[in-house]
Amino acid sequence: MSSLLELTLAQALDGLKTKKFTATELTNDYIKATEKCRGLNAYIVETPELALKQAKESDARYANGTARPLDGMPLGIKDLFCTDNVQTTAGSNILRGFKPQYESTVTSQLFRDGAVMLGKLNLDEFAMGSANITSAYGNVINPWSGADPVNAARKLVPGGSSGGSAAAVSARCAIAATGTDTGGSIRQPAAFSGITGIKPTYGRCSRWGIVAYASSLDQAGPMTRDVRDAAIMLRSMAGYDAKDSTSVNRPVPNYLDAIEGGIAGLRIGIPKEYRVDGMPAEIETLWQQGIKMLQDAGAEIVDISLPHTKYALATYYIVATAECSSNLARYDGVRFGEREIGKNLNEMYENTRAKGFGAEVRRRIMLGTYVLSAGYYDAYYLKGQKVRNCIARDFGQAFKQCDAILTPTAPSDAFAIGEKQDDPVKMWLNDVFTVPVNLAGLPAMSLPVGLSANKLPLGLQIIGRPFDESTVLGIGAALEAAAGFKHVPPFHA
Amino acid sequence: MNTNKNLIKGETGDWEIVIGMEVHAQVLSESKLFSGAATAFGAEPNAQVSFVDAAMPGMLPVINKKCVEQAVRTGFGINAKINLHSVFDRKNYFYADLPSGYQISQFKDPIVGEGKIELDMPDGTTRTIGITRLHLEQDAGKSLHDQNPAESYIDLNRSGVALMEIVSEPDLRSAEEAGLYLKKLRTILRYLGTCDGNMDEGSMRADVNVSVRKPGGPLGTRCEIKNVNSMRFVMQAVEYEARRQVEIIEGGGVIKQETRLFDNAKGETRSMRSKEEAHDYRYFPDPDLLPLILDEAWVANIKATLPELPDDRKHRYIKDFGLSAYDAGVLVAEKDTAVYFEKAAKGREGKLAANWVMGELFGALNKENKGISESPVSAEALGGLLDLILNNTISGRTAKEVFEEMYASGKAAAAIVEEKGLQQVSDVGALEKAIDEILAQNPDKVADYRGGKDKLFGFFVGQVMKNTGGKANPSLVNDLLKKKLAG
Repeated sequence: MSSLLELTLAQALDGLKTKKFTATELTNDYIKATEKCRGLNAYIVETPELALKQAKESDARYANGTARPLDGMPLGIKDLFCTDNVQTTAGSNILRGFKPQYESTVTSQLFRDGAVMLGKLNLDEFAMGSANITSAYGNVINPWSGADPVNAARKLVPGGSSGGSAAAVSARCAIAATGTDTGGSIRQPAAFSGITGIKPTYGRCSRWGIVAYASSLDQAGPMTRDVRDAAIMLRSMAGYDAKDSTSVNRPVPNYLDAIEGGIAGLRIGIPKEYRVDGMPAEIETLWQQGIKMLQDAGAEIVDISLPHTKYALATYYIVATAECSSNLARYDGVRFGEREIGKNLNEMYENTRAKGFGAEVRRRIMLGTYVLSAGYYDAYYLKGQKVRNCIARDFGQAFKQCDAILTPTAPSDAFAIGEKQDDPVKMWLNDVFTVPVNLAGLPAMSLPVGLSANKLPLGLQIIGRPFDESTVLGIGAALEAAAGFKHVPPFHA
Repeated sequence: MNTNKNLIKGETGDWEIVIGMEVHAQVLSESKLFSGAATAFGAEPNAQVSFVDAAMPGMLPVINKKCVEQAVRTGFGINAKINLHSVFDRKNYFYADLPSGYQISQFKDPIVGEGKIELDMPDGTTRTIGITRLHLEQDAGKSLHDQNPAESYIDLNRSGVALMEIVSEPDLRSAEEAGLYLKKLRTILRYLGTCDGNMDEGSMRADVNVSVRKPGGPLGTRCEIKNVNSMRFVMQAVEYEARRQVEIIEGGGVIKQETRLFDNAKGETRSMRSKEEAHDYRYFPDPDLLPLILDEAWVANIKATLPELPDDRKHRYIKDFGLSAYDAGVLVAEKDTAVYFEKAAKGREGKLAANWVMGELFGALNKENKGISESPVSAEALGGLLDLILNNTISGRTAKEVFEEMYASGKAAAAIVEEKGLQQVSDVGALEKAIDEILAQNPDKVADYRGGKDKLFGFFVGQVMKNTGGKANPSLVNDLLKKKLAG
């Protein structure tokens, strides 16, 4: 048999059930893989002892017939999820050394279902970034770097903010990972790294215990090798949580049922506003290929309009920064994390926060403070909320004509570290196709469909109705089958 | 509007004080507004702090239904509109005892809208004070600056405890009214059981907005005096602040809008921060909380289960017992007093009971700084004494003597009267006999009286009382004497 690392999560579960190997063997292989992949800088903290302990417990359950839905699956956890007594940094200096005394709802559900934790995955600081270059723990390298021999020396970004998650799943040093998505932070890195990622409907997964960036947009989701794995992971991650007032009390379906059903008769909307200026032709080509694949699989293609799309990015950077300026006020050096003393309280705040926060986080806190301040609130924050409603209404209208929407995930393939760093707005443009979804609170998935001229993965995005993750996954499965994306990054464990 | 009597006399004429109050009342609840941590007063520092209260990363607020219920109940108590849709906002500012860097409060859409409460003035008039709104918000923790010369300590027990901020219209016109307003609000909250009203434990604190103007003129610039924590201090602060403002204006100065502190020890206010230094709180709806939607039936049920409110009780006392508004107001101010009074008055004469409760009983209790619940004379025992007055067994004067004995020994009135033989003599025959004796002994005075010296009547009464050992029924003595002297 070939390497256990090649198995998808679904295949690995089968292997454990049929006793082809043990959870401990699988976990050991993944621990070795994390060591081999250290050059990618995907993990901030590795937890091999914890992983082996959990794997042993999984093996015991397989032995006595009480195995759970994710038993023995070695996962990487984005370092935005608080994990009991394991350092949780949010990629920031300000939380260096912070060990929560509690477990986030999502990770506790994964562990309840038998998952094994390999470690905490690198990310953009406080999930603010699209390239995983704002982490205080260093850049993450995309394992697809060097795919094109012509540019072999280019060190590529994995996308962000869930860059560590994307790189780890892509390079096979985690069988799957958790991500969070505020403006595209699951889908864009999934696209850049050739993997699958789904951002569920806002309210589908509890936010309790996830370090907040922008509370009205943040949502956790799985990042996996394929659509089936995403369906399995999501079932464990989703569910109502009384501790999160914005989580929604609806039953969680078995998403695996959805991916078997086919898509015949489904209407797929194609929004004309997603053809943006300067978008490479190969993205348009990929999109057309995706449309053709769905059509061939029996779907009906419908032209739709989302007229407020062009305001989405500006709206996102008002809403998200306003919320983050308030959410990050708690990092003051008083109760946890790093403290830099000063002559008085204000100086202590200034010193602590100046040292603890990186440039991008400071930029967004200042922007957010500005848009909420007296005299500017109406022009920015209030206007932003109104436009947000318009964007949500656009989708509501569109879903009268179609059952799901197909778009590109990102306007380019993975770029190199150092590129797009001269102007923050250039970087923000990366999220142009993903942010409208967060503003509207909808579920959306990215999956790899083809390669760019640079031989790098390109993804397409499927957007669904609120709480209709099943349809999104079903279309994803059809697209995945048609695309047959089997490429492997040049570097992997 | 009572205009004249509360004015400040300045050098340039009279000045009117205009006061509005923001009262912070701690909600009576087992746990905090957005966390399950306990709220009891007096715990060890930082013993009642959940991860939410300490604003640990990833923690989220969940509204406490009990606190919402208490706010609605209070809304009904102040005759206010209950808003079925309200919103929690974040009020952003940095301070070491504010763990999240924002206070969850209600800004644009409070849970309770406009209301009003009645004040009973000592002169018997009633004043209606408008309530602008009541909203729910979190309390902050406590900074302790006196524990260590170099560092401040933080106690988060209070962090996240629910407060009701009750904002009045600028309807108050004197220090006395401000004090009465606070007292009335406290009475209402205690009747409702929504706040214990213990000002010395910080359960009720007031921000007092004071300005002065020429009577009937446009409103002056106001200063806000923060966190005044007793009724006496509120009155002192208003008095001081109004005079300070008058002095400035009359000296040719202008009042700067600012926040001031009240110094309890010196009895004066002093500047804390100017309007320019005021925080920009950057209020915005808290994205961790959905709008608060109240079910109409749930709200109606709260209304249906309200206890009798102090004003209703007061009106009942006026109607059923014939009390004055002021007396009724005094009796209902504390629920325990009202209950005591009703027991003592039941089946007897309300006015007499009121006089005894507010006169002899309050007098004796006040001397020892005791509350009515500690009274050695129970309501039933006082009722027993009133019975003896009402059936003419003893006179009012004797009753005072009996009361003193009851208060000291705890014995029943009837037993004391019996023991000491204090029964009033109401036997007409016996009294006539005593009167005849006195008149016979003083023929010259009888002649003088009949000759026009009316004042001698008192002398005859005194002599009869003296001869009967003070037990003669005084009104009967009066009647009989008049008849005999008219002879």
